[in-house]
Amino acid sequence: MADETTTHRAPEGGAPSTSGPRTGGPRAGGPGGPGGRKFFRRKKVCKFCTEKIDAIPYRDVRLLQGFVAERGKIVPRRLTGVCTTHQRRLTRAIKQARNIALLPFAAKY
Amino acid sequence: MDRFYEVMFIVRPDAEDADVDKLIAGFEQTIVNGGGTLRSTEKLGRRRLAYTVRKFNDGNYVLLTIDADGTLVHELERRLRVSEPVIKFITVRMDEEQKRLDKIKAIRATRKKLSAQPAAPAEIPAETVAEATEPAESAPVNA
Repeated sequence: MADETTTHRAPEGGAPSTSGPRTGGPRAGGPGGPGGRKFFRRKKVCKFCTEKIDAIPYRDVRLLQGFVAERGKIVPRRLTGVCTTHQRRLTRAIKQARNIALLPFAAKY
Repeated sequence: MDRFYEVMFIVRPDAEDADVDKLIAGFEQTIVNGGGTLRSTEKLGRRRLAYTVRKFNDGNYVLLTIDADGTLVHELERRLRVSEPVIKFITVRMDEEQKRLDKIKAIRATRKKLSAQPAAPAEIPAETVAEATEPAESAPVNA
């Protein structure tokens, strides 16, 4: 489940101009780079920093939904690439949204 | 009284529109009487709840933005808790967040001015700047 969210997230914030040269190398080499890894790792960049989203309101369900896994868990920073500051604000917003029933605490199955 | 809050509450879905309006008017009255000021009232409409609340799966969301002090918020929350059609509510203090946003906005504005002022008198430097930035942006895409 967690792997799915990474792959979903990667294309969204994965085209920053700053880390372009870095990602360019492994991308040119394709899969099977150094170290025998089957998949290359793209440098993840905080969505909120690159897109200059200042406020993370608890009302913006569309935005928050992208950082919540299927079952309603908050996706960790290491998977989404969100920076520490924004992850903290994001967490707060998600918890507030849960409180007012905009987001689920745990999704039903 | 420099604080401002957002009070969001959910009214049960089987309540009539007129009743909802009456309810909102009642809360507005409470705010005004308590010495607060109402900034805006927004009806966000009917929405599906993310989980069941008091056996309801839908709810009418209402958002109040108010200037108030602690005692008034306390009173408003008490009323929200007591009033039967309100099934859930949340109060969020927004002034500090707003202050932070204004600060960021101010910083951004000053930066823009600095970049715009030298470019405005002479057009030639502006073009060179534009040319200089464009390849830098497009370079990673090519690579």
